[in-house]
Amino acid sequence: MTRKIRVLVAKPGLDGHDRGAKIVARALRDAGMEVIYTGLHQTAEMVVDTAMQEDVDVVGLSLLSGAHMTLFIDVAKLLKKKGMEDVLLIGGGIIPEDDVPTLKKAGIAGVFGPGTPCEHIVEFIQKNVKQ
Amino acid sequence: MYEKKTLDSIKRKRAEWEKKCYGVAVNQHPARKKKFENLSAVKIKNLYDPENIAHLDYERDMGFPGAYPFLRGVYPTMHRGRLWTMRQFSGFGSAEETNERYKYLLDHGETGLSVAFDYPTLYGYDTDQPLARGEFGKCGVAISSLKDMEILFSDIPIDKVTTSMTINGPAAVVWAFYVANAENRGIRKEVIGGTIQNDILKEYIAQKSWIFPPEPSMRLIVDTFEYGYKHVPRWNTISISGYHIREAGSTAIQELAFTLGDGLEYVRWAEKRGLCIDDFAPRLSFFFNAHNDFFEEIAKYRAARRIWAKEMKKLGAKKDRSLLMRFHTQTAGCSLTAQQPEINIVRVTMQALAAVLGGTQSLHTNSMDEALALPSEKAVRIALRTQQIIAEESGVTDTIDPLGGSYYVEWLTDKMEEETYRYFDRVEKLGGVIPAIEKGFFQREIAEASYKYQKEIDEKRRIVVGVNEYALDEPIDIPLLKIDEKGEERQIARLKALRKDRNNQNVERHLKALRKAAQGDDNLMPYILDCVHSYATLGETCQVLRDIFGEYEEPAIY
Repeated sequence: MTRKIRVLVAKPGLDGHDRGAKIVARALRDAGMEVIYTGLHQTAEMVVDTAMQEDVDVVGLSLLSGAHMTLFIDVAKLLKKKGMEDVLLIGGGIIPEDDVPTLKKAGIAGVFGPGTPCEHIVEFIQKNVKQ
Repeated sequence: MYEKKTLDSIKRKRAEWEKKCYGVAVNQHPARKKKFENLSAVKIKNLYDPENIAHLDYERDMGFPGAYPFLRGVYPTMHRGRLWTMRQFSGFGSAEETNERYKYLLDHGETGLSVAFDYPTLYGYDTDQPLARGEFGKCGVAISSLKDMEILFSDIPIDKVTTSMTINGPAAVVWAFYVANAENRGIRKEVIGGTIQNDILKEYIAQKSWIFPPEPSMRLIVDTFEYGYKHVPRWNTISISGYHIREAGSTAIQELAFTLGDGLEYVRWAEKRGLCIDDFAPRLSFFFNAHNDFFEEIAKYRAARRIWAKEMKKLGAKKDRSLLMRFHTQTAGCSLTAQQPEINIVRVTMQALAAVLGGTQSLHTNSMDEALALPSEKAVRIALRTQQIIAEESGVTDTIDPLGGSYYVEWLTDKMEEETYRYFDRVEKLGGVIPAIEKGFFQREIAEASYKYQKEIDEKRRIVVGVNEYALDEPIDIPLLKIDEKGEERQIARLKALRKDRNNQNVERHLKALRKAAQGDDNLMPYILDCVHSYATLGETCQVLRDIFGEYEEPAIY
């Protein structure tokens, strides 16, 4: 039997909008994944440390403050630096289309904007996770 | 409301209609849905009639605008006399850029200002502090010192226009920036008008931009109440907010119940301090969401007015002014769609109309592009025009509370009041608002409601036009506002220069006095004003308070 997919749902930066992160956390749990939620106000270092300690397969970042170009990319860089390229990194929130190519290039494999059904995120993880 | 004879006859005829007329028709045209429910999961009947409001006593339960229980409006003349204040929440990038936007909005007929601060400011950090990285000006304007506040309001007549500021954890300090700026411009404190949000309870519950733990936060809030009615009498020293509770995913009933519950908690703390309710209560104000369910929203505002008036009376308020639930409304950001953004204009129009029919005192209409970014100039202008069309063209402002007496609206108003009292009881059983926050009660209720709402959308039991139905397979093409990335460097340079040019001995002296005062019981506002006048920054002033008060940590619940 393969082990359950382990996901870290994280809120980097000062953004307090946690409605989406909590909904996604719960939807992933309901889809049979093991979910760890960091709570608010995480630095990139805190997110990557938790990802390492919890030995997760996926890190999902949520940000609605507009700081994603700095903070998502900080997390992506740090994951690489720590040799954790196997971890699937995804993100969501208020993210303009124009920013998506840069984020993808930086290593955020999936970017999910407002109106995304939770099911799409579940499917994306199941298809792309390396276990 | 009706004589027994009349009511009996109506009841009989209704039963007959249900059986012979509706009953036959519904067989031919079955209901579109198995059940009709509003966003709070209240079951909605096919038709409301006099029986549903028969228990109401017009004089006791409804009355007249400007008179107890204020169901029909807080003022006798309402929108016939003076329209609501058109107040667009805005702020981005630097103080200079936001100042330009304010002037643009005022030029286009806006009648009040409303400041959106960026995240570092909301947490009491300066732009150059490490946790502020990447956040400068992103979801509001960065205000790190009195210097920034001076720029933000330069060439704006703050003796005439009122300003609302969405600031909570560091509200006392940011308010002091505003007051100090007025004083420096030769405008007396007694003259300036506006609002600080200053509602920490809903931060713990929903918006999550706090600094200090509950007890010192409540102390600071009561300090502003006291300082306000004594020295800045035209200022609303709190805006007790349901908006963010709703945006975090609550139902309309939860928004109503949690907000009024928070309001009563502030009153209790102020009374505990020994303030007289009729001194500070007239400066309490409220802030609600306007979501999609049209009549539910209208009923919510009406119920809020009646409940507040009743409860304030119970707490000993004698003056009519103390009983008024005056409120600002913002249309629901969370209802906006990134897909087909132009159709958000229609959503906003309906929501704004509900707020106006519900008797709002001021209104923000969201811009169509806000599910994607902060609004562009054109998008915000259309949002403002939406209010102007409602005000000038629709005719809904010609009479007061036009929906008063509607069987459905009065029934729903009553129902929401009933459910609110049910929540009051539950919170009381948990030991009150702050213990309920510490136990995660509100957070859990909201998380449940928001998950349910999302599931309904995912399973298409709730339709969102353009998202899960009537979708278009084409890229979203709309010009978006971009924040100047160089702004952060310029702000940091300004802070550096400020720290060099000011009298640092003076700054140290005032920060030290504040530290000492924070350890005692004095009202902190005069000390904070001394600090900001000396150009101590937001981060420096809040750090002193952080040292003494500590920081809040939340239980993470999903």
